[in-house]
Amino acid sequence: MAAYIVRRVLISIGVLLVASFLLYVMVASSGDPLAGLRARPGITPEAIDATARQLGLDQPILVRYWEWLTGILSGNWGTSVALGQAQAQVLPAVGSALWVTIRLVVIAEIIALLVGGAVGAIAALRQYSITDYTATTLAFVLFAMPVFCIGIILKVYGIQFNVLLIDLGLDRWLTTAGPPAGGFTGSPGEVFFKFTGAYLLPTIALAAISFAAYSRFQRASMLETMRSDYVRTARAKGLTERQVVLRHALRNALLPVTTYFAYNFGAVFGGAIVTEQVFGWNGMGSLLVRSIQQYDPNMLMGWLIVTATIVVLFNLIADIAYSYLDPRIRLG
Amino acid sequence: MAETTQATPTLHPGKVPDPPSGRSDGGDVGGAFLSQGQLVRRRFLRHRAAMTALTILVLFILFVYIAPFFLGYSLTNLSAGSYEDPSPAHVFGTDQVGADVFSLVMKGSQFSLQIGFIAAIISTVVGVLLGTTAGYLRRGTDTAVSRVTDLFLVVPLQAVAAILIAGLGGSWWLVGLILGFFLWMPIARVTRAEALALSQREFVEAARASGATTWRIVTRHLVPNMIGTIVVNATLTLALAVLTEAALSFIGLGVQIPDTSLGLVLNQNYTQLGTRPWLFWAPFVAIVLISLTINFIGDGLRDAFDPRQTRR
Repeated sequence: MAAYIVRRVLISIGVLLVASFLLYVMVASSGDPLAGLRARPGITPEAIDATARQLGLDQPILVRYWEWLTGILSGNWGTSVALGQAQAQVLPAVGSALWVTIRLVVIAEIIALLVGGAVGAIAALRQYSITDYTATTLAFVLFAMPVFCIGIILKVYGIQFNVLLIDLGLDRWLTTAGPPAGGFTGSPGEVFFKFTGAYLLPTIALAAISFAAYSRFQRASMLETMRSDYVRTARAKGLTERQVVLRHALRNALLPVTTYFAYNFGAVFGGAIVTEQVFGWNGMGSLLVRSIQQYDPNMLMGWLIVTATIVVLFNLIADIAYSYLDPRIRLG
Repeated sequence: MAETTQATPTLHPGKVPDPPSGRSDGGDVGGAFLSQGQLVRRRFLRHRAAMTALTILVLFILFVYIAPFFLGYSLTNLSAGSYEDPSPAHVFGTDQVGADVFSLVMKGSQFSLQIGFIAAIISTVVGVLLGTTAGYLRRGTDTAVSRVTDLFLVVPLQAVAAILIAGLGGSWWLVGLILGFFLWMPIARVTRAEALALSQREFVEAARASGATTWRIVTRHLVPNMIGTIVVNATLTLALAVLTEAALSFIGLGVQIPDTSLGLVLNQNYTQLGTRPWLFWAPFVAIVLISLTINFIGDGLRDAFDPRQTRR
């Protein structure tokens, strides 16, 4: 087991290093960080050259990558070169954006896993029932929907719900500007009120898509375990149906879904950055859009390396958890 | 692409002898011998949900390409007023700059479909070649391909695709090309697994013994034997590409004007959902119609190619 973990960790580090180099080359060759400067009237070529030297843009790409990599490892992530960003530090900017996004993703995924797992298991236990067909249809329709459209619909009707609340003489509840920068303040009741108001709609939007995938996965895996020999054995030795399902079938059937979640984290994150844009959250989504539109290579690299590390970490956890829980994987 | 699918909707799914749950395995047909291809075709034609979806999709595709000719609205010559309500002249009204929204949705559907098809074709070709070769050759090739697959999965595809589109340009075919190069990984994984199993079989061994090259074994022996897996995954990728493109264009990082797509039409009009709901619902229904019908067709194909492994 220890040897397996060490090998997986080393491979993950290798993948991250190679990926970071490829991403660096891609980002460096996809734009000109001095375009804004060049477009300014009355700027001399000497001034442009001086800025390029100051930013190290006259160096070969390998040297620049090495400088960037050693900088990342020593905590110096560079500054934004985009105009109007006042040379913002990359590390705190990415950090605060990630904190906004990761909370949304974690809450939405936990809900999606619980609800999707339960619905999928029930659908499998009552195969071809009304419940099963309803769950299947719902998953099919949610699959076919762009994630942001659910967000748009929820947002618009959420705003109308607020209007209704105000008409009734109550406070507006649902907010669409993300969690406040300073955290939620006030009495516990107020914190809860504000927290749910900010999180409810984006969480539903994000969880809906994941729910579709998890419920299908859970259903397939539950159907498979219910037909397996050990479930038949459990029945044969006289356990109640409840014990068979909860203790023998469900536990084993949960494994593929949870690992699918970990392997799929990149896609979940991709859905989150689009959903955030609908609700005007100031997270990884808006940071990415801003950095691409202003062509801000340092910020982009910070964004990409943080996201890549998280995805690789989740894959690593999934690999190790899977091989721990199912020893056949390690031997295979 | 329309030619291959055009012939099918003229068949009448309603006249087919009644299969109990909308499908039949088609294996036992009274002693007649049918080829594998005929069996698959028969099972697909009897799959009601998939045939309905295919008919709707083909009609929709014909409609979005033909209807604009009869309407004759130019998307650049804007004579109508801003945000006109729906009328016989403008079925879905006009948008902020006075363009006919019906024409915009037609144009957007054309580009969304074209992007989807380009992305699906490229990712299928790349994924099948890499996956099959890796599964057949094993050892170093297999390790190398799975490492490359890992590399492509490290960053959300929306982010990498958006950066490349920003650098290379946001015309519709470039967006399709870029998406295609970031959607092949699942196909490579599935075909690798199939190639691993198939390469143990006698006919592959026989081909190898008679001196066939790797290219010949992959293209003549392995790929034809996993055509079902490939076709099903290609349809799923098509739906995924349409949805991914819509998401990218919606946040402004996909297709750029003068080209358009359903995602971009939504981006420009979604804020009107509260006051002029048709501006949102028209492009939204078009996207859902495209991806829902494609998913149903994929499901029907899966059942047709492999009746044992149904999704239900």
